[in-house]
Amino acid sequence: MEITKWSARELSDKIKAGDISVSEAVEAQLAQIEKKDAAYNCYTRVLPEEARKRAKEVQRRIDSGELENSPLAGVPIAIKDNICTKGILTTCSSRMLKDFKPPYDAAVIERLNAAGAVIIGKLNMDEFAMGSTTETSWFGPTKNPWDITRVPGGSSGGAAAAVAAGEAFLALGSDTGGSIRQPSSFCGVTGIKPTYGTVSRYGLIAYASSLDQIGPIARTAEDCAAALDVISGADKRDSTCISQESYAYSEALTQDIKGMRIGIPSGYLGEGLDREVEQGILKAADVLASLGAVVEEFDLKAVDYAIPAYYVIASAEASSNLSRYDGVKYGWRIPEYEDLQDVYLGTRSKGFGSEVKRRMMIGAFVLSSGYYDAYYNKALKVKALIKQGFDEAFRAYDCILGPAAPTTAMKLGESLSDPLKMYLGDIYTVSVNLAGLPGISVPCGLDSRGLPIGMQLIGRAFGEKDILRAAYAYERTREYMFAPCTE
Amino acid sequence: MKVYETVIGLEVHVELATKTKIFCGCSTKFGGAPNTHCCPVCTGMPGTLPVLNKKVVEYAMAAGLALGCKITQKCKFDRKNYFYPDLPKAYQVSQLYLPICRDGGIEIETPAGKKRIGIHEIHMEEDAGKLVHDPWEDVTLVDYNRCGVPLIEIVSEPDMRSAQEVIAYLEKLKLILQYLGVSDCKMQEGSLRADINLSVREMGAKEFGTRTEMKNMNSFKAIARAVEGERKRQIELLEEGRKVIQETRRWDDNKDMSFAMRSKEDAQDYRYFPEPDLVPVEISDEWLEEIRSRQPELRDEKMVRYEKEYGIPAYDAAIITESKRMADLFEQATQLCGKPKEVSNWLMVETMRLMKETQTEPEDLTVSPKKLAALILLVEKGTINRTVAKKVYEKIFLEDVDPEEYVTQNGLGMVQDDSLLRSTAEAVLADNPQSVADYKGGKVKAMGYLVGQTMRAMKGKADPARVNEIIQALLSKQ
Repeated sequence: MEITKWSARELSDKIKAGDISVSEAVEAQLAQIEKKDAAYNCYTRVLPEEARKRAKEVQRRIDSGELENSPLAGVPIAIKDNICTKGILTTCSSRMLKDFKPPYDAAVIERLNAAGAVIIGKLNMDEFAMGSTTETSWFGPTKNPWDITRVPGGSSGGAAAAVAAGEAFLALGSDTGGSIRQPSSFCGVTGIKPTYGTVSRYGLIAYASSLDQIGPIARTAEDCAAALDVISGADKRDSTCISQESYAYSEALTQDIKGMRIGIPSGYLGEGLDREVEQGILKAADVLASLGAVVEEFDLKAVDYAIPAYYVIASAEASSNLSRYDGVKYGWRIPEYEDLQDVYLGTRSKGFGSEVKRRMMIGAFVLSSGYYDAYYNKALKVKALIKQGFDEAFRAYDCILGPAAPTTAMKLGESLSDPLKMYLGDIYTVSVNLAGLPGISVPCGLDSRGLPIGMQLIGRAFGEKDILRAAYAYERTREYMFAPCTE
Repeated sequence: MKVYETVIGLEVHVELATKTKIFCGCSTKFGGAPNTHCCPVCTGMPGTLPVLNKKVVEYAMAAGLALGCKITQKCKFDRKNYFYPDLPKAYQVSQLYLPICRDGGIEIETPAGKKRIGIHEIHMEEDAGKLVHDPWEDVTLVDYNRCGVPLIEIVSEPDMRSAQEVIAYLEKLKLILQYLGVSDCKMQEGSLRADINLSVREMGAKEFGTRTEMKNMNSFKAIARAVEGERKRQIELLEEGRKVIQETRRWDDNKDMSFAMRSKEDAQDYRYFPEPDLVPVEISDEWLEEIRSRQPELRDEKMVRYEKEYGIPAYDAAIITESKRMADLFEQATQLCGKPKEVSNWLMVETMRLMKETQTEPEDLTVSPKKLAALILLVEKGTINRTVAKKVYEKIFLEDVDPEEYVTQNGLGMVQDDSLLRSTAEAVLADNPQSVADYKGGKVKAMGYLVGQTMRAMKGKADPARVNEIIQALLSKQ
């Protein structure tokens, strides 16, 4: 019985049925982490003591029938290290916060605890979620479980790799420009970035506030839906969180996608897209069509400037959001200094890695007086146009289908030397963040090197149920493919 | 020497009197132990988010309406980025692009006449914390209690031409804000702070001269001195053929001069951009109307009403309404005792005297309307006379005693017992035959002396009018 290969839903059902105890699930998870994580470095910190203690508590709540309706009761879950956990290190994989223990829990952590999930550890990521490979982490890179010489993607690379390696049933990541969908694609798992405003950002350490959104990474769309059932919802502590009529994502999962209209933007295919990835996407499109969906190509407007607009807006917000790490109040401080200026310069020069510093400098530049209109304001206009383009598309389609990334996983080290190339790799994901829409990455086969290909389904604002339904219908047609390392 | 004109505009920061901070539930109370009024939000902990306090918007709207501004019904917050240890997020949430109020103005009055001072805009923002230098340990410590206390910044047009106009503008502004109840406007606690933008130009010139910004004045008097000082400094520079440099200066009131803090060249680039953590503030017509309908009576209306409704002199009404605290005291005490003229009298004479002697600002008055009314009634009922009442009032003013208890406990009530008064008066007459003779000889003044001696023997606890009657009766019998 390979517990760690079960889906989160399966595990929770068996726990609730009394087939297995929460402690057994936790022990199985800890054992798998113990066995695999030295190789993959998915975790910044594993929490065996806390998890064991919590397992007993949750077991009592399950036994008393309190968690009957929770889809995640007893499920061990791993959390990206930019989501605050009270009294537990939350580092953003940065030297700057390497010893930072938040005095409070993020809203999603409160919700997970209430639902009886068991937090098993904190996951590696690109420093402050800036990067697409998890190589910018202060704690070293995470490796791809499908090929240890390759990156898992990023910035939620630890999350995607942990789920792929059986080191987690379920993980929470965050997505600002593709940070859930791209690593999910690279690691052969399913990850959804909800509509901006669906999940409270309270307690998510900000990279770019207007784009950041927390979402689950799992092995199935069904598990993603279960996680969304738990973590989404209005929160009075996050003014940008929008109250919706229904948060019942699991209920909306049916295999029936007959008549669903799915558009493939012609511009997403062809030049710039790896041939094998393209084949994978088109094959998946055929499968969706065979299930009754109407799939066709169309022209999606205003995607040309998505990457520059994204890097301008995200960097601008980051430059402001990360200014608070100044060595004065919390976090790392340079040990030797003469005066205040020294504390600022030394702490920020040595506390941040180069990718973070690059983006903060870009951000400070585009916001500076005399350049604001030329860059930041123009980027906001592009953002509005992108949104318009999607709005138009969603008048004709229920979902937009495309790749999550132009290639499968790169070799370690390849991207660090060429950041611009890394930025261009975000082409299929950033416009979704700029438009605030939901997007899900679903594994759809392997390339000739045996690396997973991911397709992305984009929905209209608050149309999570549409894309989850399409993803669910698709995944039911095939067996989940485990990374070879889990055998 | 040429004739110069001084051009002055003010930026006034006012702390709003909300119970909680602008973006979290922490207390705004002044003077708590360091870092006791803070939480993860106002100390800028990673991952925290601001939630706008609705009351702040309402107070800003009320101020804007009273200052004749247009209300921006869809306004937004922006981030002003700069590093300083008292600013934990390293940005201040403020309003640059769409401030809540614009284009207002108020009328001021100086001996030179009436004049309108334009208000360019009012915006909402959060206050920063405070740095405290510890000279013993030679370290600087940060107190975050003030972080996130709501402020409005009222930016005037450059319409003022003298220190007198500046003070008249500030007095008027302070009064309006106090009347609205949106701020206590205590300069010494920093809840009202003004920066002066000042330039000079030759009389008749069309263009403005180069301006400086002056900070760090902590009283109206200091502001007047700083205006005077800066005006002189700039004129001297121009007279010497030198230029005024655009810079920020710090006023040192002890030295009666200012020092350059930073010039325009090293002015900071605040890299303003819209605050992504807050949604735009939408002010509906209904909400605006509700605030408008709730606007309290302001000073000018109140002054006229006091004259009419309570029949007190225009001069008294003007003095009493000069502070909201005093006006409230007047009105509430009058309600309780029904003697507006008496109340006005106590405020105009005794209260003013004691405030002057103890250097108390009206906002810091502790006299309660209830105690003042009770005192007035004690006199009215003849329990104490005016001389005793003045002493009791002093006790109320200084020590907040209860007048009724105090009178009882100290046996200050007037003696109503006529037989005691008569026997005391008889003794006084017997001891002062000369005065009795003088009186009888036609010296009316001698009567005053005899009454005074009797009052003295009674230790002041008698009604002088009654004593007078009794002595008259005794003398007429003799």
